Amino acid sequence: MDELKEKAWRNDAAAKVTGRVRFTDDIKLPGLLHAVPVYGDYVHARIVAVDTAAATKSRGVVRVITARDVPGSNRCGQILKDLHVLADDKIRYHGDVAAVVVAETRAQAIAAGRRVRVRAEPLPELLDPEAALAPGAPLVHEERGANLIHRHVIRKGDTTRGFAESAHIVEQEFRTPFVEHAYLEPEAAICRVRDDGVLEVRGSMQHPYSTRRFVAEFLGLPLARVEIVGTPMGGGFGGKDDTAALVCARTALAAWLTGRPVKMTYEREWSMRESYKRHPYRMRYRMGVGADGLIRAVECRIVADGGAYCSTSPWVTWRSTVQCCGPYVVPHVEGEVLSVYTNHVFTGAMRGFGSPQVNFAVEQLVEMAAAAAGLSGVEFRRRNMVRQGSTTVTGQVLEGHAVSLSEVFERVLAESGYEDKLRRSSHGQGEDDYYGIGLAMSYRGVSLGAEGTDFCAAVVSVQFDGSVILEAGIHENGQGAESAMILLLAEELGVDRDHIVYRRPSTSAVPDSGTTVASRATIMGGGAVSRAAAAVRLQMAGAVVADLGCRPEEVRFAGSRLTAPGGRDVGFAEAAQRLYRDQKYPYALGVFPAPRVDWDESCGQGRAYFTWVYGCQAVELSVNKRTGRIRLLNAWAAHDVGRAVNWAALLGQFYGGMAMGAGYGLFEEVAMTGGRLRSLNFDTYRIPRSTDMPEMTAIVLENRDPLSPSGAKSIGEPANELMAPAIANAYFHATGRRRCQLPIGGEK
Amino acid sequence: MKTTAPSTAAGAPGFARGSTSAAKARPLTLIVNGRRLRITARNRHKNLLTFLREDLDLTGAKRGCGIGLCGACTVLADKRPLRTCRIFVAAVLGRSLTTIEGLAAPNGGLHPLQQAFIDAGAIQCGYCTPGMVLTAHAFLLKHPEPSRAEARRAISANLCRCTGYQQIIDSILAAAPHYRKKE
Repeated sequence: MDELKEKAWRNDAAAKVTGRVRFTDDIKLPGLLHAVPVYGDYVHARIVAVDTAAATKSRGVVRVITARDVPGSNRCGQILKDLHVLADDKIRYHGDVAAVVVAETRAQAIAAGRRVRVRAEPLPELLDPEAALAPGAPLVHEERGANLIHRHVIRKGDTTRGFAESAHIVEQEFRTPFVEHAYLEPEAAICRVRDDGVLEVRGSMQHPYSTRRFVAEFLGLPLARVEIVGTPMGGGFGGKDDTAALVCARTALAAWLTGRPVKMTYEREWSMRESYKRHPYRMRYRMGVGADGLIRAVECRIVADGGAYCSTSPWVTWRSTVQCCGPYVVPHVEGEVLSVYTNHVFTGAMRGFGSPQVNFAVEQLVEMAAAAAGLSGVEFRRRNMVRQGSTTVTGQVLEGHAVSLSEVFERVLAESGYEDKLRRSSHGQGEDDYYGIGLAMSYRGVSLGAEGTDFCAAVVSVQFDGSVILEAGIHENGQGAESAMILLLAEELGVDRDHIVYRRPSTSAVPDSGTTVASRATIMGGGAVSRAAAAVRLQMAGAVVADLGCRPEEVRFAGSRLTAPGGRDVGFAEAAQRLYRDQKYPYALGVFPAPRVDWDESCGQGRAYFTWVYGCQAVELSVNKRTGRIRLLNAWAAHDVGRAVNWAALLGQFYGGMAMGAGYGLFEEVAMTGGRLRSLNFDTYRIPRSTDMPEMTAIVLENRDPLSPSGAKSIGEPANELMAPAIANAYFHATGRRRCQLPIGGEK
Repeated sequence: MKTTAPSTAAGAPGFARGSTSAAKARPLTLIVNGRRLRITARNRHKNLLTFLREDLDLTGAKRGCGIGLCGACTVLADKRPLRTCRIFVAAVLGRSLTTIEGLAAPNGGLHPLQQAFIDAGAIQCGYCTPGMVLTAHAFLLKHPEPSRAEARRAISANLCRCTGYQQIIDSILAAAPHYRKKE
């Protein structure tokens, strides 16, 4: 680890820095055909016909595919099977794909795509979730009977009593926009039918197992006949789950129907038009505070625009429900979080997964409540924050791990010089540009929690010469998951990291391990690696204990040697060879099932997550008085990551998360008119540039988590969920004005 | 599925030996990673990025936006950054292009700037990396003693969604001493 602080290491760095790494669109196959999607220019319409005659006759076209050609089920989805892989009865948003054109060249496919005619009868467009909930509103999915996707509730204590006990009550509405993931690599897939009858899929996706389900159901094939082969991916951030799987499914069908390999690579405009976004939230909050400065009650009603399809809306809004009051002790809570169908682009997973929205609200609300109670935001947080043994708003007692919120908070205060800078903040006064500092903090449930079944597998196979192959059901999204697992395994087996090869996972080789989302790669994948390594250690130790004169569990693995307590030792490769000679393999499948959680859906109470991470971020900014332009000057982040596995990669998650959070706070917003996106590329959707970002300071806290076999927890999402509210608070301290709607930056 | 073997410029089809000085005299050629390439009439009207990626199999340059904004398609033309996604091959005839595949030494040894990117942890998904490295390289050739703010500005037209740019800036500063010595 100390060495890794000096010099970063990643298993894929050399291939990436030389351009040798092959992303999906970089792969070529003999006889390759090219496919492109065709959209109908409707927001909500009943399809009359998809006329493919002219396109089919176009030069170079091999096949034009519509819903009629689907051999299996055209409906898929991780929660509700309401996603139409190819539009059949209706178009429900402007990005619905009506046909796929397959041609000898990409140019021919694009040209022919313009000749596909989608004829449809327009239907009333539902573009406001509140209106979509009104009785008698037209339905996006008639068979569902309502536009409500899901409603979560949370009820704790008695809010009537809580507000009666309150000396101060604050109320506020907050709004957040649609946000684009903006991974630099647009969606792509390349598929072929192998001579063993298996449909092989490579693509830019972060959920190989759900992609396999989508493809298999779409084609009517058993899971075993679809193999998703891990392929380097140019960023995901939660966005390469459902849409990416749909791109793979359509490409797979094209390969299946033509008998030739097919590639489909998205243009940025198609990607932005079709791919799901982060949910826009409308949040109404009411908070009551006693004369002692303690929060007595919170009421909230949150409505999320789910867009045309369910996707992961129920899970995203569940996390919002669990974390709806921020990391504070609140005795009386009543809230509901609704997700609603509209004819907007659908919304789903994005880094943070329901927390960036509620954090934006709550971290401003507590400062408003503090002001009402005559306290500073710092003092108010100290009085109300969760601590060791606190009970959360869902009734979970925070125990069994270090509840380090106070620690991260105090570290940020100290390192940023927060209280001094707060005193120097403009508060809307002064001649020069406004200046301010602000902060935000959170707790975050780790991994999936009570969202779903959560377990993960890894295979460790030691070869005859002592080299090691590692395979895990965790996908490399670019964050360095492979490297983290190699480093963990190197430590567990006491071998050099360069002796370990991470085999890119195939869904045919590693059992279904779920999706690489929810910041679960290190804790879940690392857990499975640790379990596999423990099994392999016992196997290898068993082969040499006769010589070493000790019990297998006493053998220490370090320096590529197996050493007994007395000092006698055997080389790692030698131990492997002895095992092979005994007709045994140094090989193990490690499985890490997440510790049990429980949840009562009827009242929103339960042990939601098996462990939690704690974080705090602060930002210093200036606001130009004339133009309103916000400039970030400095930023600090403190997160308790359990344990740092790969130092530079960890810092990269801090910085990258903060940058994405800064974009969310300052200017990111998918612009739309009447359900049609106006933001279709980087000229109309701005993400942070280097010059938008300040110097960032990362403060790493390591309280090893007893429930994580490796001790490590999560960082990808925690780092992303705090910058927007910190900016909003700094903006308030600078200008004296509350901004309750994101994005808050920009000229005005 | 077998991928096409990563080819170097030397291994790509259509290359003939030549020297930079002859470029002006023979405007129907293009030098890519030090090798002179004869450009057919058909290829002159191809999109430069497509030509590099599809015809030469130099896939290090990426298509990120297709409108010249994100910088993932950046190569160097006579040591200056050039966006390849919106121009035709004809626009660069007679010039000398360096793609990311041409930055490492012929024996495959990493360029000091590439090593600095690795050592500083400046690489995550890697999609922006080739364009980022080449942009930084062109900058350091002209400004071998940059301040941190200058290094930050130098990459302001290249988008990265993973890193927050901080470790990329670290790597540019770490590599700078090498540019003070030579190049």
